[in-house]
Amino acid sequence: MALLEVKDLEVYYGVIRALKGISFEVEKGEIVTLIGANGAGKTTTMQSVIGLIPARHGKVIFDGRDITKTPCHKIVHLGMSQVPEGRRVFQELTVYENLMMGAYSQKDNNSFKEDIDRIYERFPRLAERRNQIAGTLSGGEQQMLAMGRALMSHPKLLMLDEPSMGLSPILVDQVFEIIKDINRDGTTILLVEQNAGKSLAISDRAYVLETGDIVLSGTGAELAASDQVKKAYLGG
Amino acid sequence: MEFIETLLNGLSIGSTYAIIALGYTMVYGIAKMLNFAHGDVIMVGGYMIFLSLTSVGNPILGLLAAVLFCVLLGISIEKVAYKPLRGASPLAVLITAIGVSYLLQSTAQIIFGSAPKMVVVADFGNLTVGELTIPYYMLITLGCSVVIMLALSLFVKYTRTGRAMIAVSEDKGAAQLMGINVNAIITITFAIGSGLAAFAGFFMLMKSPSLSNTLGAMPGIKAFTAAVIGGIGSIPGAMVGGILMGVVEAISLTIPAIAPYTDAIEFLVLIVILLFRPSGILGKVRREKV
Ligand SMILES: Nc1ncnc2c1ncn2[C@@H]1O[C@H](COP(=O)(O)OP(=O)(O)O)[C@@H](O)[C@H]1O
Ligand SMILES: [Mg+2]
Repeated sequence: MALLEVKDLEVYYGVIRALKGISFEVEKGEIVTLIGANGAGKTTTMQSVIGLIPARHGKVIFDGRDITKTPCHKIVHLGMSQVPEGRRVFQELTVYENLMMGAYSQKDNNSFKEDIDRIYERFPRLAERRNQIAGTLSGGEQQMLAMGRALMSHPKLLMLDEPSMGLSPILVDQVFEIIKDINRDGTTILLVEQNAGKSLAISDRAYVLETGDIVLSGTGAELAASDQVKKAYLGG
Repeated sequence: MEFIETLLNGLSIGSTYAIIALGYTMVYGIAKMLNFAHGDVIMVGGYMIFLSLTSVGNPILGLLAAVLFCVLLGISIEKVAYKPLRGASPLAVLITAIGVSYLLQSTAQIIFGSAPKMVVVADFGNLTVGELTIPYYMLITLGCSVVIMLALSLFVKYTRTGRAMIAVSEDKGAAQLMGINVNAIITITFAIGSGLAAFAGFFMLMKSPSLSNTLGAMPGIKAFTAAVIGGIGSIPGAMVGGILMGVVEAISLTIPAIAPYTDAIEFLVLIVILLFRPSGILGKVRREKV
């Protein structure tokens, strides 16, 4: 059984139908990517799956449980976590306090010390800046912090919404390396990217989203080789 | 000597404003709404103190009863009046809050009548140090307020729930992604604000024993002004703004030429400060996110 199963998901903003009944799934251990142009509905998909935006029709099943109508904070407690578009770290809190917020859903927090050390090991930059106010970090550092924060809850499924957005090429490569690493350590990944080349290269499977519809799917390699994808998302 | 007395008076009035302003500012920061009924919760607390004093006669029990009742009242107001409006236009919420304010005032009038009640909390007497005469109620007000403000600051900074409050006030969506139940945090915020309002009612009745259904109206408006002066949404801002308002009020009252215009002068302070710092003394200038 898939870890995440999305069936006929339809989402509206007022009268605008942003998702027109999409279906996809993520198997345990996979990296799955949704690629698509600006405005295709990628962020809407991510936010609807985790319960921030209500679904009008369809079903979301996570770890065998129907979570379609479950509020976001409860879904997070079930083991889903998201690095939102634009990072959205808590600007007024320190790096350390942001990581504490990430562990908010961990009720008996015995492993907090180990968890945070693990994050500092993965992101040495965050260790150096642990007492710095997050709003004063660079874009790349904020992205690391958003990822670290999302990992503090030991997610079964980690969703990342355009983690490479606005980063320098070196940092982009670093972010993709980290995502591969996180996956290798056992976390299932659902990734949203406009950077189709790099994301398809690390993906087991991928879906192409166009104006609220899934128009293509396949393995990362298949999609990277497809003419349609090459033309639209890989610059020819 | 007289100036020191005036200053202490200002600090005690100001700390009462600060305690009320905290309720406005925390609710604004977290639920992004102006709870115009907040001042009337003070009044309800006043009547609870009145009822306790006339039945049991112990002011401390009266305060506890008022705090408990106001906390429950605040939670109920939020649940019944505001929660259904989550996501509605700010104007709808504002009108509702004004409606709740009138509802509380009218209900009090129906139950207790319109003639003011005399509520003598206790005879506290004065502290005399040399030529200095300081009423004890001022010291009690100041002392309690300092403890409350300190406790609240520590609560927000160092507890799991307090940090969740900061997170919600900054970004509701991101807070939910941390697993924070935003509705629960809003409820807790209303509970704290309303409990503080009961303390403010107690301080006000210690100072002046006349209780009517409009007890909270003017202090409510002034404390709201204080919250804006300090920077609405900012906890230290509410404290600074409240103290400033109180000190200005106390000083103005001792100068015969301007004493009658004291209220106007306090609002003038607001205007002047907003001219120079549009988001208040400690308010954040919101940076646009890219
Ligand atoms: N809050 C909103 N209100 C109304 N329309 C929205 C809102 N957010 C997104 N949309 C619209 O929904 C569509 C999908 O947006 P989005 O999911 O953000 O796309 P993507 O993440 O792929 O760039 C777009 O047409 C966008 O304009
Ligand atoms: Mg997007």
